[in-house]
Amino acid sequence: MRNFKINFREGPNAKIVDLKGYLDAHTAPELENALLKLVNSKQYNIVVNCKNLSYISSAGLGVFMAYIEEVRKNKGDIKLTNMSPKIFNVFDILGFPLLYEIYNTEMEALKKFVKH
Amino acid sequence: MSKSTKNISKQLKLKIFSKTESLVKVRNFVNKEALNFGFDEDTVNKIVLAVDEACTNIIKHAYKYIPDKIIEIEVKPNNEKFEVKLTDYGISFDPEAIKTPDIKSYIMKYRKGGLGMYLIKSLVDKVEYNVNQTKCNTVRLIKYKN
Repeated sequence: MRNFKINFREGPNAKIVDLKGYLDAHTAPELENALLKLVNSKQYNIVVNCKNLSYISSAGLGVFMAYIEEVRKNKGDIKLTNMSPKIFNVFDILGFPLLYEIYNTEMEALKKFVKH
Repeated sequence: MSKSTKNISKQLKLKIFSKTESLVKVRNFVNKEALNFGFDEDTVNKIVLAVDEACTNIIKHAYKYIPDKIIEIEVKPNNEKFEVKLTDYGISFDPEAIKTPDIKSYIMKYRKGGLGMYLIKSLVDKVEYNVNQTKCNTVRLIKYKN
């Protein structure tokens, strides 16, 4: 049974990554591969939509941590959106709102990627 | 005989193999028992995540991802607290060796190791590690009823 799914969409000036289901130590490598694919193809503007994400453990959060430095070195960013209070709470305990921009809507995040 | 409060203590056990795909089974088991205990959804979510993190630590550090080892999960609810005891037979873990990081400065350096340990401590009321000579390690995660 697959309990985690990743979908890619094209946004204006950014790639949108939709997460669905349960992101734990078992499914985190799938997200790792997905972000690696984006970074390898030089797509550094990334919006991760967490609307349908039901669960996250530290293994999932660690994946964002693994790529944020490289993405920002290349003038991009990983911005997170549409988190339920349950998901936000886990990010919050670990202080992630200090490190990541988290928005209520996808549109707000996409606007931040406007070209200068 | 006095009408003393009846002790509702009971024990519930689950045995899993040390692979990450077993985590869903652990979460479902703990979720069900924590709900039965009477915790609200938010507290149940915290306990489930703490147990997931502790199991992940065992799979990763005690068993080094060897998938055919055993982890025992025992739920012990009683009148005042909900306890989850995890037992493994892998490499002993010294909790004293891991200092709780100053999480803010830690993540600002993009460090990701140790996040699980920090989460466990934040999510439950008490964490007790016990390493004994028979090569069995236990960790008890305790949440009080209030």
